[in-house]
Amino acid sequence: MAQNKKTSSDEELKRVEEMNQIELIIGQVLRIGVLVSAVVILLGLIMIIVTGKTGYAANLYPTTVNAILSGIVELRPFAIVMLGLFLLILTPVLRVVVSIYAFVKEQDRLYVWITTFVLIILLIGMWIGYSGK
Amino acid sequence: MINTILLLVVVGLAAGIFGAIFGIGGGMIVTPILTLLMGLDIKYAIGASIISVIATSSGATVAYLKDDMLNLRVAMFLEIATTVGAIVGAILTGVLPSMVLYMLFGLLLLFSAWNMFRKMRAGKETSEAIQADSLSTKLKLNGSYYDNAVDKQIDYQVSNVPGGFAMMLGAGLASGLLGIGSGAFKVIAMDTIMKMPLKPSSATSNLMMGVTAAASATVYFFNGSIRPEIASPLAIGILVGATLGSKIMKHLRARVLRMIFIPILFYIGLQMFLKGFGVTI
Repeated sequence: MAQNKKTSSDEELKRVEEMNQIELIIGQVLRIGVLVSAVVILLGLIMIIVTGKTGYAANLYPTTVNAILSGIVELRPFAIVMLGLFLLILTPVLRVVVSIYAFVKEQDRLYVWITTFVLIILLIGMWIGYSGK
Repeated sequence: MINTILLLVVVGLAAGIFGAIFGIGGGMIVTPILTLLMGLDIKYAIGASIISVIATSSGATVAYLKDDMLNLRVAMFLEIATTVGAIVGAILTGVLPSMVLYMLFGLLLLFSAWNMFRKMRAGKETSEAIQADSLSTKLKLNGSYYDNAVDKQIDYQVSNVPGGFAMMLGAGLASGLLGIGSGAFKVIAMDTIMKMPLKPSSATSNLMMGVTAAASATVYFFNGSIRPEIASPLAIGILVGATLGSKIMKHLRARVLRMIFIPILFYIGLQMFLKGFGVTI
């Protein structure tokens, strides 16, 4: 009986250890996501400060995927800034995605479902935003 | 424009530090500055604000994750409510007159300031025995965290899950409507209604704000409410500020946090309420 108890607490300890590992990896993934978006935004801002131009007429900026993509190809500063802002918007979504992975690893099926459900709601929101134009 | 960009970086830096410390999105600080001090159209202030909310959250959660203050299960479960609320809020924007929204919002802020004040006067800060309800046990919401200020591991129970969930629907709705993180409401839902301690409540609220804001941010992004020259310098300042703020927060006591938080909440609440009548202070 006492032996059993010890084994289960050892397993528990190992699991906690593993979860700590996963959380550290998640932290790194998120940090990279945030850094990439920050670098892209900064790049665009520095271009504006250096050249004094936004790449667009006064009070204009790209808001559709096509306009932003073609603006990036032409290296227009505002298009690059908008890409960075969009990447920043995606970082919380990335948070949800990696959390699903964490719960899968933890074999917590209830929370795999709950977190997947949150992701689906977010995707519906994006679809509404995109089609509501 | 270059001067404005640099000024907004500084504004973002300050908003990020305070936002992370109080568990509010930075948007509550940004919107009054942009509209009242810089005379920007409220529509664009909301767009910049929702970006600020995400930046605060993303900047701070990286730091919180290592602290183990965050309760990921509480966050994910309650995000079902906040994201649905945010999407409904984003759809409702434009239907309701903003005057009404300001007044309602101001009143709720004043209420939460009063509520926190009352709680502080009632005295004792921690470790009142909380009975976990059956739902929080079933959903594995009870947790523990390491408190730097008192230097020990604190276990806590979560109660009144349905009440917290309902409050989170409202918090999401407010977030989608006004482009705020509604961190104050989220902290109320966890700290006041579900009886979670303030520090894990703030950390969890910070994560939730980002996910909630992302639900409505795409709407603002694609309808042109997010102006790059305003939102981007704020975002950069906030990312840096939020990281600093979350480091400072670890070394503050919960009572100190509340004492700083209450007058700010009260002031912003009054300001929001009066703005509904077209009065600015």
